[in-house]
Amino acid sequence: MSETKTAKPIKKRKIKLDENLLAYRGVWVFIESERGHVHPVSWELMGQGRLLADQLGVELCAVTMDAPGPTLDAHCNSAFHFGADRCYRIASTVLADYRNVPFTRALTDLVTTYKPEILLLGATTLGRDLAGSVATTLRTGLTADCTELAIDPEDRCLLSTRPTFGGSLLCTIVTLNYRPQMATVRHRVMPMPEPQPERTGLIVDFDPCLIETDIVTKILEFIPDEMRDKPHLPYAEIIVSGGKGLGKADNFKLVWDLAHVLGAEVGASRAAIHAGWISADRQVGQTGKTVRPALYIAAGISGAIQHRVGMEGADCIIALNNDPNAPIFDFAHYAIVGDCNQILPALTRTFGKYLGKPQKEAA
Amino acid sequence: MHIVVCIKQVPDSTHIRVHPVTNTIMRQGVPAIINPYDLFALEEALRLKDQHGGRVTVITMGPPQAAPALRKALSFGCDDAVLITDKAFSGADTLATSYVLASAIKTLSAENPVDLVFTGKQTIDGDTAQVGPGIAKRLELELLTYVSRINAVDLADRRIVVERRAEGGVQVLQTRLPALITMLEGSNELRFATAPNMFRAARAEIRHWDRTSAGIEDLKLVGLKGSPTIVSRVFGPTPRAEKSVQIPFDPSDPDSACEALLEKVLAESPRVKKELAQRLPWYQED
Repeated sequence: MSETKTAKPIKKRKIKLDENLLAYRGVWVFIESERGHVHPVSWELMGQGRLLADQLGVELCAVTMDAPGPTLDAHCNSAFHFGADRCYRIASTVLADYRNVPFTRALTDLVTTYKPEILLLGATTLGRDLAGSVATTLRTGLTADCTELAIDPEDRCLLSTRPTFGGSLLCTIVTLNYRPQMATVRHRVMPMPEPQPERTGLIVDFDPCLIETDIVTKILEFIPDEMRDKPHLPYAEIIVSGGKGLGKADNFKLVWDLAHVLGAEVGASRAAIHAGWISADRQVGQTGKTVRPALYIAAGISGAIQHRVGMEGADCIIALNNDPNAPIFDFAHYAIVGDCNQILPALTRTFGKYLGKPQKEAA
Repeated sequence: MHIVVCIKQVPDSTHIRVHPVTNTIMRQGVPAIINPYDLFALEEALRLKDQHGGRVTVITMGPPQAAPALRKALSFGCDDAVLITDKAFSGADTLATSYVLASAIKTLSAENPVDLVFTGKQTIDGDTAQVGPGIAKRLELELLTYVSRINAVDLADRRIVVERRAEGGVQVLQTRLPALITMLEGSNELRFATAPNMFRAARAEIRHWDRTSAGIEDLKLVGLKGSPTIVSRVFGPTPRAEKSVQIPFDPSDPDSACEALLEKVLAESPRVKKELAQRLPWYQED
């Protein structure tokens, strides 16, 4: 997303780095793995990190941490496939499962040893816990939930863009005289890069000298989630979402009906969730899920930034709203201005006919 | 047991309106509320006090206008409230904010040692989730984020067991006190304020701490000066280069608009066409 109109005049602050900070070079991505699996957000960040590193003319480095073994080595290899030039491998049994203190210590020590200028992490529960701790320990700046990352060609600064509160504006945040510049990005915000299986790189081992008896926090148990009933919004190819414009909770049924015919997932705006019309795990947007479906149908959603950043990666956006001035019409591909409670059943009929599904009688 | 709860007063997002011309947030007339995520922290602290006795101190950093948020917290049953307010604190990012709150908690701890610090998961205006971890690191407290349940607190042994929401599951963690907990939303339900507590809250004295009384040692670390990040630009989003295709809609015949839409989408978006084709009853994988 680029800007057309600047709401406030740009105040350019000259960034002059202290002598000791000039040595900070390279773009790092923290590779998040839990119980043997790398979180896909890490590979998405590698794709973005590659672009930043190329623009800066520096190396892209992956940071992997886990118990020693073939799983960790496989993560290093995958990191090369996804674009890393170098992979820092921190192998320690203390790092087998995520705990704040050993992970913070290992990553902080690695940063102060090898001095990257940019450090990116996924905005997951783990990533946010770790990023906030590392940034405070290093006394550097951290920008959460960025929707766009770029480099200022004049001063090599990382420009981190995220929505501001209230839903209408975006802001770009820079880190002044501190390094590394840290940012977190949510899952599915950046596109997944194509892996290149022929790529290899340099593995650098690092030992932060962690001893289990020094770590106070112990994991007594891990209870995995039951995945069956959870909506799979992030990877859904067709999504029908409803917002406050539907009028009342009962009308959300029309969204479900259309989704049923389409074999689609159901999403919602923050307003609809705060109104209690649907469960919070279906929220699409900055504080909910980020989605990249082929088709996104937004019914009665005004299109505040908070929602937009979560779904504008969709290939095709159809917006239904009775307000012709709703901001969603600025970025939807197809628009129908009218009463959602009339359009939704008509869409259900139309798609039902096309897909050869039996007609469902309106209740 | 001494528990400190950090809260923030935020504008009620459901009442936020955007100026149609200048595209800026209109804060005038927007009611201020306690950050909704903080209420789960508040309730959990009060439950621990019910079970184990002790005191709950609620603190906030903000302008003098934030006092009503503290008074509200007192009405739910908190014992003591401190408003940390100083002109020097304005313009703070999360790093500078965590320094001020950590200094104040250290000062409170000198009066009465603090066993637990609570914060919400994040605020609804900043959405960063960074201040909780920041305070924990500065005070070297054990950090427990996204806690959905407190299973056990053993004051004699200085031990606590919690359930923490992680990616793909729940971690059951045991650690020692003092610790900082950021509470997950939906983990409890806030109590109603009782009449005696409401009367007490209305009359209670809220302590105002400036930089000196909050125990700030280095003024360079607070406010705008102590913030490594700055907002360099604020801008509105762009409309797409191409205007959206408007499908004419006649309320007396909604189906023909939908048929026209389907036809256009099928013709113009191969990815949608493919997705729909896969949903046809006679579809076969090739």
